[in-house]
Amino acid sequence: MSDKHSQHKSRYTTDRQIPGAFEGETVTRRRFMTIGSQAAGGVAAASFLLPALGFAIGPIFKEAPHTWETVGPTDMFPDNNYVPTVITLTPGIGEAGKATVYVRKRNPLIDTDKADKDTQFIAITSRCAHLGCPVRWVDAAERFICPCHGGVYDLLGRRVGGPPVRPLDRFYTRVVNGYVQIGSRYSVNSELERFSPRDPAEPLDGIGQYMYPSRPSERR
Amino acid sequence: MPKLPPPPLPSALKAPPPRPGDPGSKLGPADHAKEAGASVVDWVDERTSISGAARWMMFRKVPRGTNWFYTLGSATMFAFLNQAVTGVFLAMFYRPDPSGGAYESIRHVTNEVFLGQFVRGMHKWGSSVMVILVFLHMARTFFFGAYKYPRELNWVIGVVLLILTMLMSFSGYLLPFDQRAYWATIVGVNINGTGPLIGPYLSDFLRGGGEFGATTLSRFYAIHMLLVPGLLAALIGAHLYLVAKLGTTAPPWIKAEKNPELRESDA
Repeated sequence: MSDKHSQHKSRYTTDRQIPGAFEGETVTRRRFMTIGSQAAGGVAAASFLLPALGFAIGPIFKEAPHTWETVGPTDMFPDNNYVPTVITLTPGIGEAGKATVYVRKRNPLIDTDKADKDTQFIAITSRCAHLGCPVRWVDAAERFICPCHGGVYDLLGRRVGGPPVRPLDRFYTRVVNGYVQIGSRYSVNSELERFSPRDPAEPLDGIGQYMYPSRPSERR
Repeated sequence: MPKLPPPPLPSALKAPPPRPGDPGSKLGPADHAKEAGASVVDWVDERTSISGAARWMMFRKVPRGTNWFYTLGSATMFAFLNQAVTGVFLAMFYRPDPSGGAYESIRHVTNEVFLGQFVRGMHKWGSSVMVILVFLHMARTFFFGAYKYPRELNWVIGVVLLILTMLMSFSGYLLPFDQRAYWATIVGVNINGTGPLIGPYLSDFLRGGGEFGATTLSRFYAIHMLLVPGLLAALIGAHLYLVAKLGTTAPPWIKAEKNPELRESDA
C-alpha cells in the first residue's frame, strides 16, 4: 500500500491543485458538471412526468357529483314488494350508464334498520356485492339472485347464499311533491349499519371497513 | 465459375483508378443493379456497424440437444407481432365511443369491411394463441431449468411479460363493448378492487372514477394500444438481448462432457 491512502487529503480543490467549481470549494469541476447536468435532466423529465402522472391519477381523487333522480309517484311502490326502476348513474354514455334500482316503501314490520327521512323508501341496487353483476328480484322466491356466481339475498338485501361479502348497497331516497327521488348510494354491513359507498367485493364487517377505505370518488 | 484474380502488374503499367466524375467507368447499368443491394447494405453498415450486431444476434452457438421446444419463444414473439400488425389496422376502424359507436364500429369491421372478419378473427384468436404460447414457453423454461443462474433476470422479465400479456387480454376484452365485454370488465375491475388498501384506488384508476364512466372505454383503449404494447415491445427487446447474450441452455437430459484431463484427476 502506498502512503497515498493513509495521508489525510485536503477536501479543498485549491489545496489539491485541481480546478474547483468556484474558489475555496470542495466540489471538483467535473463533479459539479455531472451533478448539474443530471439535475437539469431530472427537472426536464419531471416537468412532463409530474403533470402527466397527476392527470392520469386525478380521477381517483375527484369527488362524484351528488344528484337526485325522480323514479315515480309514491303510490307506485308497495311496502311488501319491489318495483324495478331505472336510474342514470353516468350520464352521456347511453345504456351503459344506466342501472336498475329496486324500490319499495319502508315497512316498519320488516325494516329494522335506522329509520330517518332519507329511508322512507327502500332503494336497493341491482349491483351484486360479490363482483358487480346485475342481480334480479325474483318475486316468487322473495330473493335477489345474481346470475354470475350464484349470490342470493333476502328481502332486505342481506346475503343468504353464495359468495357476496356484504348486503346489497342502498340509495338514499326522498319524497318531493309526491314523487320518490333516488340520491346517492351507500353501503351497509351485515347489521345494515350505513357506510360510505364501497365497490363490490369489499367486506364491511370486522376490519373490512379499514382494509377497503372510503374514497373521494365514491363518497357523495 | 469463380474468376481468378488478374496477375499483379507493376504500378507503372496499371491503369489509373477511376476519378470521381470520370465518365470512363466500365460498369454498365446491369452491373450497378446487381450491386445495388450490397451497396445499400454496405452504405448503412459503414455508418452503423450494424452487421456485427446482426451476426451476434443471429449466428449464435446453440447447445447439443436443442429441439423444437426451443422454438416456443419465437412462436410467442410471432404471435405478438401478429397482434401488433392486425391491431394497428383494426385501430384504423375502431371508435372508442361507449354510447354505441364502439359496438357499431366493430360490427362494421366484422360484417362490411373487406377481410375485416378475417383480420379481426386473427386478432381475437391470436390473443388466445399468444397466451397459450406464453405458458408453453414458460413451462419449457421451467422444466428445462433454464431459469437458473445466470438467467434469473430473464425469467423475471418473462414474468413481467406474462403479466403485461394478461393486461392486454383484459383491456382488449372490453373493446367490442357488447354485453359480455361490459360485464366481464365490471367483474374484472371489481376483482382487482379486492386487493386490500390500494385495490379500490387501482379500480378507480382503471375506470377513471368511481363508476364505469364516459372515459373508461377510451382509457382501456389507450392502455390496450399505447401503454402496454410499448412496454411489451421494450421488454421483448430486453428479453431477446439477454437470450443472445447468455445463450440457451442444453436440455436436462444432455450430460456435460467432462474434460479428459479432469477425468483423469477424478480417478
